[in-house]
Amino acid sequence: MSDPATQFADAIRAAADAKRPLNICGGGSKTFYGNPSIGETLDVTTYRGIIEYEPTELVITARAGTPLADIEAAMREQGQMLGFEPPHFGGNATLGGCIAAGLSGPRRPYAGSARDFVLGLRLLDGRGTDLHFGGQVMKNVAGYDVSRLITGSLGTLGVILEVSLKALPLPPSEMTLCREQTQSEALALMNEWAGKPLPITATCHVDGRLYVRLAGATPAVHSAAAKLGGETLADGAAFWRDLRDQRHAFFSGESPLWRLSLSSIAPELQLSGAQLIEWGGALRWLRSDSDAMGIRKAARSGDGHATRFRGGDPRSGAFHPLPSQMLKLHKRVKQAMDPVGIFNPGRLYADF
Amino acid sequence: MSASVHAIPVDFERQRAVCAALRAFMPEHGVLFDREDVTPYECDGLSAYRQVPMVVALPENEEQVCAILETCYALRVPVTARGAGTGLSGGALPLGNGVLLSMAKLMKIVTLDPLARTARVQPGVRNLSISEAAAPHGLYYAPDPSSQIACSIGGNVAENSGGVHCLKYGLTVHNILKLRVATIEGEIIELGGGGLDSAGYDLLALMTGSEGLLGVVTEITVKLLPRPECAQVVLAAFDDVGTAGQAVANVIAAGIIPAGMEMMDQPTILAVEPFVNAGYPTDAAGILLCESDGTREEVADEIRRIERIMEDSGAHLVRVSRDEAERLRFWAGRKAAFPAVGRLSPDYYCMDGTIPRKRLAEVLRGITVMEKKYELRCANVFHAGDGNLHPLILYDANDPRQLQNAEDFGAEILKLCIDVGGTITGEHGVGVEKIDSMCVQFNSAELEAFHALKHAFDEHALLNPGKAVPTLHRCAEFGRMHVHSGAEKFPELPRF
Repeated sequence: MSDPATQFADAIRAAADAKRPLNICGGGSKTFYGNPSIGETLDVTTYRGIIEYEPTELVITARAGTPLADIEAAMREQGQMLGFEPPHFGGNATLGGCIAAGLSGPRRPYAGSARDFVLGLRLLDGRGTDLHFGGQVMKNVAGYDVSRLITGSLGTLGVILEVSLKALPLPPSEMTLCREQTQSEALALMNEWAGKPLPITATCHVDGRLYVRLAGATPAVHSAAAKLGGETLADGAAFWRDLRDQRHAFFSGESPLWRLSLSSIAPELQLSGAQLIEWGGALRWLRSDSDAMGIRKAARSGDGHATRFRGGDPRSGAFHPLPSQMLKLHKRVKQAMDPVGIFNPGRLYADF
Repeated sequence: MSASVHAIPVDFERQRAVCAALRAFMPEHGVLFDREDVTPYECDGLSAYRQVPMVVALPENEEQVCAILETCYALRVPVTARGAGTGLSGGALPLGNGVLLSMAKLMKIVTLDPLARTARVQPGVRNLSISEAAAPHGLYYAPDPSSQIACSIGGNVAENSGGVHCLKYGLTVHNILKLRVATIEGEIIELGGGGLDSAGYDLLALMTGSEGLLGVVTEITVKLLPRPECAQVVLAAFDDVGTAGQAVANVIAAGIIPAGMEMMDQPTILAVEPFVNAGYPTDAAGILLCESDGTREEVADEIRRIERIMEDSGAHLVRVSRDEAERLRFWAGRKAAFPAVGRLSPDYYCMDGTIPRKRLAEVLRGITVMEKKYELRCANVFHAGDGNLHPLILYDANDPRQLQNAEDFGAEILKLCIDVGGTITGEHGVGVEKIDSMCVQFNSAELEAFHALKHAFDEHALLNPGKAVPTLHRCAEFGRMHVHSGAEKFPELPRF
């Protein structure tokens, strides 16, 4: 049997010749995310395994089909982690899907996003050509930063084969504090704290309580805890894991789930429905049956954008509409990487 | 680098037409074409390459930037944007038939929001002045390229600049939230947003480091970070650079991400010490500076651990800065490394490869062999934490043979960087300087993908043509030249 990458390339060329769309699939843990997929499934989970992991170089390179859990386990063994704390959503999340979706977890505002940690990748473009961009070093400005462009493009620009990521050390100690707080007080505190040299690595406000995670050297964590105050949460790790994977009670129920990514100082949203705040105020989750137009207008006024994350009326696209100039540019970028338009058409925007 | 001082004869008719079109909306002093007025723009920080531009345009606001681009687009005139002109790869080298678009007059800090920890700034704002403006709020802008007192933030975005703290705090791309960009058609697009991500493709990341080939940045929203409570630095001296490299790996293996981790080899130490009296041991084969910053507790904990690791890794001398004055003195040597080395020789050529750190000893050995081959000395300064190596090749530009040897020496170092799994440029950019080495790092399909992306933004290739990404034709020529190295065809022709 030939190398899976060669098989993928053959499948891509055949699809391009026949102008047939391909639906690139990893573990399927994020099929709900974005607009519906169409086309023949291209399953990349067969292309798996860690290729190289050099803890002292802070770099891990793995194939796209590698389960995220395997990568994290290998890193944990070396006292390291993925700094962007990617959501799994289910047990099957793969590295390729993680990078294609570009989603980051609670640590994002304090450590960086998925794309911030991407150092390089190998992908197949819309002609099935095997391309390498970036590399396995921390600093690399040779050529356009295609690796970061690919991150979060939901498979519309190419089939990710391999990814190199920067690793971070696991903090020696962690502590989660919580306290009663109104939403507006919580927003003010999150922003105030972020302007101070405190070892904060996650914040969340839900159900009238503010949660903050401290991490680092043990004395530093204790000293910061004394400054911030509040009670210690017994199983902080479980709280943040549930938040990351949306297993927290807030995420259960039938109402559509919206993700509003805004300026951290955007005031409380005047929208009906329950809210959960993360990322120091820069991420607002909303469970609401309100119409898409109103939610998107609110996101715009917070200098951000709104994604219909789960459920809701599919007639309004999942992602915030782009201004016409930007839409034109997106189509041209898509054209550059996938000229026939076979990769995940419509998944990101109906137009391409 | 060689044979790059040249001039395309000015097409006066074209020059008159372009000036007239620009002066329709620009003040007279904002459009320059007299030889003496445009000559100051003939090069950037890589002065071995010079070219007088046909016209220099000095916009004072975004509307003028857009109008200039629209005009150039209509007339099909190529445009090279320039910030402070401190770049080291010739990225702002003008075109003899083009407009040099100086962003220097757009130098306002538009807003600074201490609560949101952001600043909206114009591209001509100096890097350091952002941190200065943020200082009263206990905030700063993290990327600190060595030229930070002079370099502009617009140029930083174009080059994705780093600095000595980027292993911990990231590059420019990690520290900006939003860009306003003028397209070659003269339209404004906004990339990124007020939040931590934006809808659609991450064009903010693509634009960052694109060396002026995709658009002209007219406004940048940067992230500001809280200034660390304190910082301390460990100075460790080693008898062998390989041992010093292993010490760096040991620090990382211990779970420490130092705020800064710099290495200097003996030629650099010998150049620096008499120059600044930083207190470096001149008998060491290499020294490491390893900085910790954060809260007092974090720093105390980390410094103690770093000290022990250095000792255990075989350092023959370990010193911890006792106070801020000593910390700054330890750094003064590193910061003066380039000028200090510059005093040893009429000229030096600064390389910028990045390598996997574990290959350091091997790469330095390779460079030692090349020193003999090219009969030139080389001092090495190394951002050891992130693997970014700056070999400084000493030569005399007045000796054509030395100039040629320095260029060949540099290209061979870059080839070695690629061979060990690294890259030809960590932070200085490709510009014109390393354009041929791009043919070694990327294959033709990858270069074609770059050209296709360029086409998506700039279909007539008017934005900074000839930089950053070589044409396939050029690479074919370069391949041929490589095969016959030493017997190059048409040595009298400019090759930049």
